[in-house]
Amino acid sequence: MNNTETVTVDAAAAAGAKEAKEKLNAKETFWQVLFLICGIIAVGFVLAISIYLIISGIPAIHKIGIFKFMFGTKWASTAAEPSFGILPFILTSIYGTAGAVVIGVPIGLMTAVFLSKAAPKKFAAVIKNCVQLLAGIPSVVYGLVGMIVLVPSVQKAFHLASGATLLAAVIVLAIMILPNIINVSLTALDAVPKEYEEASLALGATRTETFFKISVHAARSGIAAAVVLGVGRAIGEAMAIIMVSGNVANMPGLLKSVRFMTTAIASEMSYAAVGSLQRNALFSIGLVLFVFIMLINVFLNVVIKGKGKEQ
Amino acid sequence: MMRNAKLAAVAASVVMAMTAAGTSVSVLADDVSGNVATNGSTSMEEVIGALSEQFMEDHPDVTITYDATGSGAGIEAASTGACDIGLASRDLKDEETAKGLQQTTIAIDGIAIIVNADNPVDDLSVEQIASIYTGGTTSWKDVGGDDLEIAAIGREAGSGTRDGFETITDTKDECKLSQELTSTGAVIEAVKNSPNAIGYASYSAVAQGQDGVKVLTVEGVACTEDTIGDGSYVIQRDFNLITMKDTALSDAAQAFFDYCTSEDAADLIKGAGVVPYATSAAAEGTTEAAAAAETDTAKAQ
Repeated sequence: MNNTETVTVDAAAAAGAKEAKEKLNAKETFWQVLFLICGIIAVGFVLAISIYLIISGIPAIHKIGIFKFMFGTKWASTAAEPSFGILPFILTSIYGTAGAVVIGVPIGLMTAVFLSKAAPKKFAAVIKNCVQLLAGIPSVVYGLVGMIVLVPSVQKAFHLASGATLLAAVIVLAIMILPNIINVSLTALDAVPKEYEEASLALGATRTETFFKISVHAARSGIAAAVVLGVGRAIGEAMAIIMVSGNVANMPGLLKSVRFMTTAIASEMSYAAVGSLQRNALFSIGLVLFVFIMLINVFLNVVIKGKGKEQ
Repeated sequence: MMRNAKLAAVAASVVMAMTAAGTSVSVLADDVSGNVATNGSTSMEEVIGALSEQFMEDHPDVTITYDATGSGAGIEAASTGACDIGLASRDLKDEETAKGLQQTTIAIDGIAIIVNADNPVDDLSVEQIASIYTGGTTSWKDVGGDDLEIAAIGREAGSGTRDGFETITDTKDECKLSQELTSTGAVIEAVKNSPNAIGYASYSAVAQGQDGVKVLTVEGVACTEDTIGDGSYVIQRDFNLITMKDTALSDAAQAFFDYCTSEDAADLIKGAGVVPYATSAAAEGTTEAAAAAETDTAKAQ
């Protein structure tokens, strides 16, 4: 009887272990599926947005004519004889972003080099916190400060009738992309193996030579990623620059009031009648902007990273 | 049919509780029901929004829709019967009245011209304003001010204030702006920050006075509720309900129409930032419907 009991208990224990294992497997499967679903949700949103943009952006381009739309220099969406040329917006977005990169990347990169290699630890920690804070400031606040402080200063400095110009927008954008550039390049610079730098120093290179020729060179793909992020943020920004750029659909000039692709959409969407050509054209601007951001990402990734691999 | 509870105006929740309990309190006449479609001016959004919200609260069986398509489209829709009531922030043209349309003014909207508080200029004529906005006048010196370049600040395409301003000053599609801002607040802020600037804003936005900006008199007339109401301040326009003269409105539409023109609506209209026509000096002594119609016809001509 005793034996039988032991056997039963053993069997029960075995069954229990099996059950537990199955339970574990079920748990695993559950989580796997959950991860998959989350992944699909993200992809789904990207697809949905892309498809929606394409569907709603194509009709106006088709109606206006792609050449007239992309290269027309006059935007007068509500005039008696409306004209929908977005070349001023495209050029403004390109100039504005380029300007922000020209100012922002050197400053950001130098800051990152300083923080990673040269700064005393405590001082670096203070600056890092400040940079984090800068990244956390909402873009509307950048716009507000730009509007109240920067725009009047630009006006005074250049003796203009109005300080709301491309220059003001470029400065705001440059400041906005700083934290992105600093943070990402900092991570890349920190990841450079110490041995590289030590070897360089041992060979007699100065610290400055080592920073620029070894550290920055070794971190170049990370720095490229920083620039991509900066460009992406600058070209997609609307809220901050709508408050400082003047928003007149001029062909761009540094001291002229200009309108970006993003601000063109933001400023007219609220009043554009549903189904009107104006509204559809705004969607088309969105599509063009979307394609631009795609192209810039692909371009920077392929060209800069590809070049790095060849060497 | 559900009967209206006058208490609705006081506390909608109380009414909901009562109707739910099957209690009906008859105070007003039989309530109306149905859809009322309004269509037209984007500038009138706030006024119509406030009026229809209150009306729908008082008459839960009525649904009022509003399509912001612009005055022209609204007038067109009223004439084809595509909507019950057209909304136009301009007066009817002769050829439109000839089609059998009539307008009933419910409110008057004034547009204030503002400059920086440091600007010595106090008064401009409509011609001077138009000249400034079309780029003809480029220095404040030419209109009695300092030797400063003028920065004309306007609103974005589609804005009702811009539409009104450009219509009245006859500068449509000809404005050369140095800034195109997307809200009244942004215009006021920009004017406050620049001694060069001139801008325009709805009367309601500057009625309480704004630090750092000065409201100009136009043709010597200050922009106040009284001068807008009696028509002496010229940069103003009517908010009109457009209906067909010979076609009767549905009960619900008629009820809403009557409500809009009643004195009960005046406070809501005022709340939406415009001067109610019913209480304006222009409407004084024209309480009779016939007299009101007469004034409207006179205005249209």
